[in-house]
Amino acid sequence: MPLRKRKDDGKLCAHVVIYTRYERFWHWTQAALIFTLAFTGLNIHGVYHVMSMETAVVTHDIAATLLILLWIFTTFWNFTTGNWKQFLPFLQVHPEDGRFVTGLKIFINRLWAVVRYYAWGILKGEPHPHKKTLQRKQNPLQALAYLTFMIVIGPALWISGIFYILYDLWNDFAGSQMWFQATVFVHTAAAFAMIAFVIIHVYMTTTGKTPLHYIKGMITGVEEVELSEIEKEYLETHAPDLLKDENASC
Amino acid sequence: MSDLLKTIGSMVVAAGLTLVSASMPATAAEKEKAEDGSRIEFGINEYSDLPARPHMVSAFTLKELSTTADHSKFKELQGPFKSGPEVTKACLSCHNKAGQQLRNNVHWTWEYTHPVTGQKLGKERLINNFCTNARGNEGMCAQCHAGFGRTSPDYDLDKVENIDCLACHESTGKYYKLPPTRGNKACAVMFEGKKPIDWAKTAQSVKMPGRNNCGMCHFYGGGGDNVKHGDLSSVLYDPPKDVDVHMSRDGAKLVCIDCHVGSGHKWAGSRYNMTVGDSGKRPAGAPRTKATCTSCHTDSPHNSTSITGIKLNGHVDKVACESCHIPAFARGGVATKIFWDWRTAGRLKNGEGYREEGYIQGNGKPRHTYKSIKGSFKYGENIRPVYRWFNGVMRYTTIDTRFDPSKPVQINYFSGSYDDPKSRIYPFKKMRTFQPYDKGNNTLVYMHLWGDDKDAFWGNYNFARAIARGMKDNGIPYSGEYGFVETWSWWPINHMVAPKEKAVQCEECHTRENGRLADLGGFYMPGRDRWWWLDLLGWLAIFGALALVVVHTIARIVMKNRYGAAPEGKE
Repeated sequence: MPLRKRKDDGKLCAHVVIYTRYERFWHWTQAALIFTLAFTGLNIHGVYHVMSMETAVVTHDIAATLLILLWIFTTFWNFTTGNWKQFLPFLQVHPEDGRFVTGLKIFINRLWAVVRYYAWGILKGEPHPHKKTLQRKQNPLQALAYLTFMIVIGPALWISGIFYILYDLWNDFAGSQMWFQATVFVHTAAAFAMIAFVIIHVYMTTTGKTPLHYIKGMITGVEEVELSEIEKEYLETHAPDLLKDENASC
Repeated sequence: MSDLLKTIGSMVVAAGLTLVSASMPATAAEKEKAEDGSRIEFGINEYSDLPARPHMVSAFTLKELSTTADHSKFKELQGPFKSGPEVTKACLSCHNKAGQQLRNNVHWTWEYTHPVTGQKLGKERLINNFCTNARGNEGMCAQCHAGFGRTSPDYDLDKVENIDCLACHESTGKYYKLPPTRGNKACAVMFEGKKPIDWAKTAQSVKMPGRNNCGMCHFYGGGGDNVKHGDLSSVLYDPPKDVDVHMSRDGAKLVCIDCHVGSGHKWAGSRYNMTVGDSGKRPAGAPRTKATCTSCHTDSPHNSTSITGIKLNGHVDKVACESCHIPAFARGGVATKIFWDWRTAGRLKNGEGYREEGYIQGNGKPRHTYKSIKGSFKYGENIRPVYRWFNGVMRYTTIDTRFDPSKPVQINYFSGSYDDPKSRIYPFKKMRTFQPYDKGNNTLVYMHLWGDDKDAFWGNYNFARAIARGMKDNGIPYSGEYGFVETWSWWPINHMVAPKEKAVQCEECHTRENGRLADLGGFYMPGRDRWWWLDLLGWLAIFGALALVVVHTIARIVMKNRYGAAPEGKE
């Protein structure tokens, strides 16, 4: 299938399923669980009283357990599929030979370009500086944010959460109250951070071509992706059903 | 008059009870004055008729069923008996170890040495903030003594034939004990003409104690139905399930001794030295020895296969069962006194003491809000307890304790904290009183309340003489000047356990505003506590993010109009 070449740099552009079925399942299940956890968590925290404490705690505990299970499985999935590399912001594609390079400078330059774009370029109608590729599904800012989510906010929540939920098993020593308060503190702080993260994250989904463009992509899995000739051939040969059509504009 | 005698005769005299109903028999003089329509009654009549009390048998213990003896057939109990001590001699002729067992029993000695604090306690010494002191007023108070003829602190405890076996073991429900001394003329009238006790019949009726034996005194502590404890009232003779899930005929049908277990006339459940935080564990087959919830229910009583149950079991190490399972005390229609003001005692009308009934309790019966002999009262029903950390050890302000009268005096006090593994959060009734004290020595006082003499407060209404006499009789130094001091006493709440559906819900404590545990410190409680500055930072982050979203959106819309849509969007 011949793909249309872009005029400026001669790259191919196609509609490709870049978010696999599991990745989408992960994303939306995680979204539902995080929403549930935030809603019940704020109820437990005493911000509002929509449901009984008992309902809130039980729901929170179940959702938290499911989310931890989901994350365990997803970590496994990320490493076995190689998808984990997508979340390493410093791992960038070399502009000339297309190989992965670990470069802080190239990352900072590209990060700055994206930050500048969202602060200014987007308002002037400039194109997004990052073109999605199979190797880099996320822009550097996005990758950095998701990495923060995965190695800072997420673990702060689940580690403190596990201590919190198992409080009755370890509170039986002098000074345990101090550790409990540390647990609660970390859990509350990380929960606020998570909610702030989600607000920005949801807003960012509206910055695509159309306000629902990214949402649609996360539902169908299909995005407009720059392909190299090799990638194109690989997809045509090994995963033709992922290659939807050639009529994308990157 | 014969009607009156008959009515009074059927009265059961228990602990200075005050259960006075509107239909109470009145003297002719009283009737005249009552007919003017006011709620004021004259005279001092403390007593009224009580309903017949069935000897309810526990369905739980087999003690009744397993008995091998029918006491009514014993030749020793055929009588005739002329007095209580004669019956006791008959009892002791077979139960020849009972006398020695009672010799160390608080119901008999009224003395208690606290094993932890070493304080000398017991009814014979303590001053409470209800009727104040039994000491010196035995003539009235010893109606609830498990003995005969206790008229003063000088009572021969080795004279075992004076032990009153019947008070605790008779099951006719008609037993009573007259005050061993005469009170003032105004008080004495209430005991006139009581029907003589059929000693033989009463002796033959003995059984293991039923709730009417215990209840006759313990439901009426402080001078009336539920006055003192708040969780022990005549409702417990036959309570609905909502009031007491253990004692109700629709519940477990337990009687007092099913929980207050023991043997050899020693049983569990001391209020001076309480068992807090019992694990309930004991060797296989060993009998229960503690009056604790856990001794039956274990220390993980909630369903450990549900998240809620697991979480509730996790509370047991810090929260006493009673704190959640007795959502309120003084339930079932009988009120408890929560405030007592002795300062107003002694007001007279036409030279006579009087009383006012200003409170109608849940079961429709009026309660006294003023009595010349005692002062003014306030009542409460369905009261939410006060919660405190408590390690079980009660300390007391005794007659020799000096205190600062500018602050409320704690009649009893206790310690406990989050950090103490022996402490639990425990429910209490808090009793507030203004009562006489020695203004010169800053101590409590013994008052001479009861007696057929010129000093007894009940009849003469003179604090100065009653206190001077009370102190002198007991050899306590007295400055000669009295005042009134505010006192608090704390009554652990253990009875009136509600069905589990009525237990306190999570958010009644885990809430920011006005929670049951609002004033307990030393620990972080989810739902109640937070770090205000962490919350502030958190909300700044959230509203900052939202503000960013709004500003950015507006900027995009405005700029889109100026520059047009992004190139991709034009497609």
